[in-house]
Amino acid sequence: MFDYSFAELSSILVMQGFAGLILFSVFVLMALGLAIIFGQMGVINMAHGEFMILGAYVTYLTSHLFLEFLPFAYPAYFFVAMVFAFVVAGALGLLVEWAMIRHLYARPLDTLLATWGLSLILQQIFRSTFGAREVGVELPDWMMGSLALSDTIEVQINGLFVMGLTVAITVAVLTLLFKSRWGLQVRAVTTNRTMSGAVGIDTRRVDRMTFGLGCGVAGVAGAAFTMIGSTGPTSGQLYIVDTFLVVVFGGAQSLIGTVASAFTISQSQSALEFFISGSMAKVLTLLIVIGLLMLRPQGLFVLKVRR
Amino acid sequence: MTKETLARLAREWLGFGLLAFVLIAIFPSVLDDFRLNLVGKYLSFGFVVLGLVLCWGYTGILSLGQGIFFGLGGYCIAMFLKLEASTPENTAIQSTPGIPDFMDWNQLTELPFFWEPFHSFAFTVFAIMAVPAAIAFILAYAMFKRRVGGVYFAIITQAVTAVLTILIIGQQGYTGGINGITDLRTLMGWDIRTDDARFALYFICVALLLVCILIGRFVLKSKLGRILVAIRDKEERVRFSGYDVANFKVFVFCTAAALAGIGGAMFTLQVGFMSPTIIGIVPSIEMVIFCALGGRLSLIGAVAGALIVNAAKTTFSEMFPELWLFAMGGLFIGVTLFFPKGLAGLVDDYVRPFLGRHLLGVKPNDRPAPTPAE
Repeated sequence: MFDYSFAELSSILVMQGFAGLILFSVFVLMALGLAIIFGQMGVINMAHGEFMILGAYVTYLTSHLFLEFLPFAYPAYFFVAMVFAFVVAGALGLLVEWAMIRHLYARPLDTLLATWGLSLILQQIFRSTFGAREVGVELPDWMMGSLALSDTIEVQINGLFVMGLTVAITVAVLTLLFKSRWGLQVRAVTTNRTMSGAVGIDTRRVDRMTFGLGCGVAGVAGAAFTMIGSTGPTSGQLYIVDTFLVVVFGGAQSLIGTVASAFTISQSQSALEFFISGSMAKVLTLLIVIGLLMLRPQGLFVLKVRR
Repeated sequence: MTKETLARLAREWLGFGLLAFVLIAIFPSVLDDFRLNLVGKYLSFGFVVLGLVLCWGYTGILSLGQGIFFGLGGYCIAMFLKLEASTPENTAIQSTPGIPDFMDWNQLTELPFFWEPFHSFAFTVFAIMAVPAAIAFILAYAMFKRRVGGVYFAIITQAVTAVLTILIIGQQGYTGGINGITDLRTLMGWDIRTDDARFALYFICVALLLVCILIGRFVLKSKLGRILVAIRDKEERVRFSGYDVANFKVFVFCTAAALAGIGGAMFTLQVGFMSPTIIGIVPSIEMVIFCALGGRLSLIGAVAGALIVNAAKTTFSEMFPELWLFAMGGLFIGVTLFFPKGLAGLVDDYVRPFLGRHLLGVKPNDRPAPTPAE
């Protein structure tokens, strides 16, 4: 690693940082929906990955619809697909909350088992519908290729697009939670459920909408994933550990914490990858996170709450 | 003997007796060698679920990392068996004879230092329980002393599972990578691949399992068992009463890990290999499912759960490969929603009162409060 010139080294650093930023976007997108559900409601949703995959499959279907019926509008299909993904995943979320989750609020560890069962069923549905092989979407022309910043530094346009999307979704979710009346209710229920109920907030409705929103955001995340990779029935399971760790490390009830921990984890992962192999970088990153969690069990950002 | 004594004996020993009878007498006489070996393999998960009953059902610590402890036990015995199979004569065609074949493929020229002690059988037996318990101790001590529990503990054990699985897969030269440690032949000169050996191993597995159930029963009925239940139900109050809650939790978690280690060793002996695909995140969650389905408050129930789920998995995936994920998923959701105490809970609520009424003439309200070990 010392054979490089200064210019080469700095461009490697920039490229590695850029790869880290894409990973960061992926983490934030995955963890945002989970942070809403786990942080605000205390429900462990093991089917989160499958909600993301659902969004990805919806995007795949939308791209085919556009190719078939509206080929001239193909460059814009993604924006429609994102809305579809949000609606479909969110609607399924509402249904699942109604049928399953609401009976389990008093038993958080049991939500883990039930949603694991749900994830198995969803996986098989995906496999029966779309086949066991991974599917990918064709990117529209404007998203292909890369942007040359200097002679040695290039960044992919789809990567940039995903980053932009991440920023937009994060801002939207934060605005919804911190500026809207509904967000105020959600935060009130999180802080003190009994008291919120006493002052007239319909906590059941708030729970249902929160779960739906979390699943919807997962769907959008899945839609964004189609820009950078392919989708298979079991892809969701690959992300679930990382996602939970990001949320817990950030401090379960703090969305800012989620963003901060996603940034820390992704940057250390991609920086370490430069020195050691990818899998060992992952091991080291996870170990560091586990170690830090032992020192600071509540995560990076703690929401001060009187219980 | 009065009717009451009879009823009490039946209540306490019926499940155990039935399980012992089925495992020792029924299965060996009706199943062929292949099926019996399968049952033995399922039973090795029985050790894991016993540990889960202790630490999850009774103490309220959910671990999603039991697969790792299972695997550590399995790898310990696999290392011993592999060394025994890699004599210089057997491995003469390698560039370095006398070391396991996968090390040779990965250009290792001498045995790594941590493989050396596994030449000794006594050490291996010790390590099967000690290595998982040691890892569990480090993890549990660090977490419980800082009062991290519940969901957070579950997620961290899951992350540890991910770390160790990636590590085992990544370090091919030392662990055999994704293929694991395969081609195991003899245990102290006794060929474990023959039908006779498998038949004997089945009975060893059953005997060990029954002993472990009795130990688990003893623990749960003792004062220790009552403290564990108290910790699950009202941890703060136990702490204020002057108990060091963390020590109890560490103890029970290490016990569960050691039990899982024994299970892993029995698995390796009966199946003939150990690989990371058996111990990753998905299998670890499945082990929790066995326990939940059988009944997280019942040692016998949980073992039955491990048997039933595994048998269902094998049959369903043979007969309807498309359907088995639906069936499994539906089962988990159904059990969690409708029978949180699992099958054992159903037996307690419906079968036992029925039997008591019709066979022994005990009225349902004569029944004393259920004992913890049931």
